[in-house]
Amino acid sequence: MNTAVLRTEIRLFRREPGALFWILLFPTLLLVILGSIPSFRQPDDSFGGLRPVDGYVPVAVLLGLIVGGLQAMPQNLTGYRERGILRRMATTPVRPSALLSAQMVVFGGAALTSSLLALVVGRLAFDVRLPEQPFGYVLALVLAVLAALALGAVVSALSRTTKIAGAIGSAVFFPAMFCAGVWAPVQTMPDVLAKAVGFSPFGAAAQALNEAAAGDWPGWGHLGVVAAWTILLTAAAVRWFRWE
Amino acid sequence: MRAVRTPRDPGAMPVIEVSELRKSYGGRPAVDGVSFTVEEGEIFGVLGPNGAGKTTTVECVEGLRVPDAGRVRVLGLDPVADHERVAGVLGAQLQQSELQPKLTVREALELYAAFYPRPLDWAPLAERLGLTAKLDSRVGKLSGGQKQRLFIALALIGDPRIVVLDELTTGLDPRARRDTWELIEDIRANGVTVLLVTHFMEEAQRLCDRIAVIDKGRVAALDTPAGLIRRSAGATVISFTPSAPLDEGDLNALPGLASIAYRDGRVTLAGGDETVNAVITLLARHRVTAHQLRVTDATLDDAFLDLTGNGTKEAAA
Repeated sequence: MNTAVLRTEIRLFRREPGALFWILLFPTLLLVILGSIPSFRQPDDSFGGLRPVDGYVPVAVLLGLIVGGLQAMPQNLTGYRERGILRRMATTPVRPSALLSAQMVVFGGAALTSSLLALVVGRLAFDVRLPEQPFGYVLALVLAVLAALALGAVVSALSRTTKIAGAIGSAVFFPAMFCAGVWAPVQTMPDVLAKAVGFSPFGAAAQALNEAAAGDWPGWGHLGVVAAWTILLTAAAVRWFRWE
Repeated sequence: MRAVRTPRDPGAMPVIEVSELRKSYGGRPAVDGVSFTVEEGEIFGVLGPNGAGKTTTVECVEGLRVPDAGRVRVLGLDPVADHERVAGVLGAQLQQSELQPKLTVREALELYAAFYPRPLDWAPLAERLGLTAKLDSRVGKLSGGQKQRLFIALALIGDPRIVVLDELTTGLDPRARRDTWELIEDIRANGVTVLLVTHFMEEAQRLCDRIAVIDKGRVAALDTPAGLIRRSAGATVISFTPSAPLDEGDLNALPGLASIAYRDGRVTLAGGDETVNAVITLLARHRVTAHQLRVTDATLDDAFLDLTGNGTKEAAA
């Protein structure tokens, strides 16, 4: 990791109002809008007696990392390759991989910040309890971030141009949001659907986060699914990524 | 200017050594056995038509590409295996590359300075390249000339011993181009060896100590600019408007003739010194007056066309 490259990438990230909004603010904003609906603050049987706003906190937590990992980062990485920024860096003693790892740190960090913001706002505005099994929660969250970054790296590896990266990113983005429970949190999904979604990286992550939020250690099955995806996707990205 | 250069030790290792370099893309050879050496303090030109293999050759020198066969050494080091050490002493300006568009000029200079163990102070460098007024501008908002100057600054910021400049002045207006040429002479005056890829003859003729003409992946000729011109078949161009028609057979029989063209009653011949004398003798013998007689040296342009086989002979035929 080259600190000069990382500092530069953080600086550049702060110059992207679109990315800042969609990654850092949008998930929390969505939570605030939903939480402002009175019925979302009433206990609901389909949420296992919790209020819908409680059920939407893990969704908001995952949303930022899906947007960052699937929409923003692949566009950046592909653009860096397409414009010859990686090539230019390859002629210096610092390898272009420094740029790649800096991007991962920036988007991983932004995703975690976004998650933290959703948790804090949920706690302060809607009295959503903080995760009762914090270690399990952090573990599930970190695994989910890694899976999102790996998936983004695969999108970038498969895309020759930023346009293609945008298209592939969006094609994966909507299923990922669905699995994470943006339209219907996993607790409210029919059993079969919830099981199926549990094999997707973000569906499994959502279920692991729910378990940890409720105070249980997240199921090894769910954590294992997320970890397996991360390993698989990382291997694919390493195999297919082209520097030029 | 050359007095500043390090005195050349005849036994010294060449700064860049390329021998029998080969590189193919998808079975099609781009570079097919290129060899040359660059000595310390030289401005060495790589000249050739588009697609001749110039860029591939220098990319192998920069360590951006792995040769299929042959040997490349930069200060005795392998640019691929010893990438970090070579990159530390070789500054590059690539034909097609960019920076993050939202980076400012100052940030770009600071960032690239941080990549090298002993970088130059970027402020005087920016001053020298006329970038001081643009330090807070974003890279994406710079004009072509400003961007090019920034890329030169980035190539120099690591205080390199060698700079590789690929199609440096393409897209610049004539004024900016001339400024850039002065700058390159300046760089060399500071003892830096320059490897310059170009397809501008004027640029090569003005700047280079020696030139390798590359055509279809091979070195077609390697000499000083003057040597290349002398070496080409039509080193001298004679043109005149004869007062009476001359016999074409007599003209075609002139010694050393490389090409002949007729246009609007004017005869243009390319050949050697012996051709000049023979034309004058021929004119005198037939009592023909040569109006507006001009004898000029061929330019590198002519030599280049001759060497790369798109010669004036066919053009005249």
